[in-house]
Amino acid sequence: MQDFGGAFVEAFSRVLAADADLVEIVVLSLRVSLAAVGIACLIGLPLGAALAVARFPGRGVVLVLVNALMGLPPVVVGLAVYLLLSNAGPMGVLQLLYTPAAMIVAQCVLVTPIVVALSRQIIESLHQEYDEQLRSMGLSRLQAVPTLLWEARFGLLTVILAGFGRAIAEVGAVIIVGGNINHVTRVMTTTIALETSKGNLGLALGLGMILLVLAIGVNAAVMVLRGADRTAHA
Amino acid sequence: MAIAGFLRDAEASSSRAAIALPVRMRDVVYEIAGKRLIDGLSLSLRARSRCVVMGPNGSGKSLTLRILQGLLQPTSGTITWSDGAPGHAERRARRSAIVMQRPVLLRRSVAANLEHALAVYGERRSERRGRVEALLAMAELEHLAARPARVLSGGEQQRLSVVRALAAEPALLLLDEPTASLDPRATAMIEALIDRAHRQGVGIALVTHDIGQARRTADEVVFLSHGRVAEAAPARAFFAGPRSEAAAAYLDGRLFY
Amino acid sequence: MKRRPFPARLGRALAAGLVALVAIANPSRAADDRFIIVQSTTSTQNSGLFDHILPIFTAKTGIEVRVVAVGTGQAIKNAENGDGDVLLVHAKPAEEKFVEEGHGVARTDVMYNDFVIVGPQDDPAGIDGTSDAVAALRAIAEAKAPFASRADDSGTHKKELALWREAGVDPTAASGSWYRETGSGMGATLNVAVGMGAYVLTDRATWISFANKGDYSIAVEGDDRLFNQYGIILVDPERHPNVRAEDARTFVDWMLSPEGQAAIAGYEIDGLQLFFPNAPAPVVKG
Repeated sequence: MQDFGGAFVEAFSRVLAADADLVEIVVLSLRVSLAAVGIACLIGLPLGAALAVARFPGRGVVLVLVNALMGLPPVVVGLAVYLLLSNAGPMGVLQLLYTPAAMIVAQCVLVTPIVVALSRQIIESLHQEYDEQLRSMGLSRLQAVPTLLWEARFGLLTVILAGFGRAIAEVGAVIIVGGNINHVTRVMTTTIALETSKGNLGLALGLGMILLVLAIGVNAAVMVLRGADRTAHA
Repeated sequence: MAIAGFLRDAEASSSRAAIALPVRMRDVVYEIAGKRLIDGLSLSLRARSRCVVMGPNGSGKSLTLRILQGLLQPTSGTITWSDGAPGHAERRARRSAIVMQRPVLLRRSVAANLEHALAVYGERRSERRGRVEALLAMAELEHLAARPARVLSGGEQQRLSVVRALAAEPALLLLDEPTASLDPRATAMIEALIDRAHRQGVGIALVTHDIGQARRTADEVVFLSHGRVAEAAPARAFFAGPRSEAAAAYLDGRLFY
Repeated sequence: MKRRPFPARLGRALAAGLVALVAIANPSRAADDRFIIVQSTTSTQNSGLFDHILPIFTAKTGIEVRVVAVGTGQAIKNAENGDGDVLLVHAKPAEEKFVEEGHGVARTDVMYNDFVIVGPQDDPAGIDGTSDAVAALRAIAEAKAPFASRADDSGTHKKELALWREAGVDPTAASGSWYRETGSGMGATLNVAVGMGAYVLTDRATWISFANKGDYSIAVEGDDRLFNQYGIILVDPERHPNVRAEDARTFVDWMLSPEGQAAIAGYEIDGLQLFFPNAPAPVVKG
């Protein structure tokens, strides 16, 4: 087995050489995961905030369910999305199977519960602080949601990063619904799985390190943005 | 509408006689977990008048303000708003606005806090900038407009909180011990701000333990004890010699139960 | 009414965001984007065969071939769901059943290679250099030497089970002791086997291109029973209307044509040919 250093050198020499295939894979990974997280946030943040402020019968059950869904195994999600999008499935007519769109759907299903559950928690504690003030201004609980979302923005960034981490790192779902098709649906994680199965452990490890560097880059960029604003608002 | 436009035609408003009754509470009871915290309270607040609400801790002062603001629903009793200005009734949020002892400001700039309030109150976008500037000037906070609201001093935060309430163009401004945690200079600035609002035609209901502040501010005094009105009197008469035993004990600093 | 601007604005923002994201996620593809999906096995993919032959086909026809490489069992299942245009696998009985059940138009031999049993240098079962696969398995069972099985219903797994049957041994009884069922693809199973010093049955193409061999080498080869035949099937467009029938047929015909067969024969690693074309006489397009 090759050593870590050798793996690192091999992977990065490919990056520095701007290996077209590798660049394509990295770009697709980012595109799929960012889109999935974006959609998951559009659905999950308002839903999480609404769950935080709304009081209705069965709310406790819903919260338990959402929290449990955070632990969905990616393979199960992949399988479920496959069965939906398959030509033999109810949504086969969309012809999305083995496309990046199918991978986005699968990752979205994985990430949305995380966004809902964590944003619910953050907004709920924030809501206790703001509730009386916002109601005194004539806003109902649900009308307060946009304000609360913006006030919680620093905490919600961490939620979004958690969702992105889950999306970019997962392999079980995208390999089933994407098919790991070269130049079409091959992303970082499915490439790593493929190279591992070819016995190219060094290359697989190197790709893993690139994935890690990407994740660090995204996190650092968000933290810098957040840090500048957050210190100002104490 | 005349009252709602107080910032723009303050002169016209203040020249009008204060005759309308903004609100009357009658036999209001508020219970929670079987405890009767407000016990048949009846109270009238007149428009454009300054009413100071006093009373020992637990007498129901803050609850009364919250019930007036609609933050709490009374268990029984009636609250009747009689509108001094035509068209006022349909704008429930504008009847009153409340300032808490500890202001809850948004994690945004000073100006953005006012922008937000104006947006919530439905102010047209094109009007907001001008109104923000007027409100900042009123609170003497122009130089801090771009500063994050939560890093302001306590006094500055409370001034912002007062003009944010005034952004609602309320007929009645409710203040719950707004200066309880402020130093004398910051307190004086809040009192000046309240005075400015009053001269522009806004009715004031101020809860305070500060007897000096009560003397400086009040046109009339309502004294609460055990969730009821123990005494309601013109300020001069009240401070000359309260008729109720509870108020007399309170002013003397004696315990009374 | 001037009030309640917030939820309305939030709704608009949500809609705009969704549209933008869909645009990012689905950059418009060229209108003449012709492609077919081939459900195939990890052995053909991992060995690099497709990387060698598909560009030749695409250059000639303009048809892109998208390969989904899974175990033979899953590939057939996917094709049964209509999620593929062509099936290229190596488990003849299962392929014939697929066609019988009306999912495929016809099955044709396309190429072969062979299976080998690979093992560690210390050779605990003493089978190194033998050519009787059945006897070798019996020796492994008697020595209780570790053996790693795909156990994933793949073509290789089916072949392995057939050999055990012939050897008169039921290895699944020993599952968890010396018989290790990985439930994984060929490459993953090789990694596991090398890691634990187990014998393993693999197709020769995957073995030659496998990069993590450790001290392993081929122990058993050359048995006629280790023959590994690949078949190609056009998924029936009448049964599965989504099948891109015309382009898929072009691909199948090309694979069986002298040109396609030559391309398969031309794939080598370190001078070793990995697959041997054996299609019947050129088919007439129909």
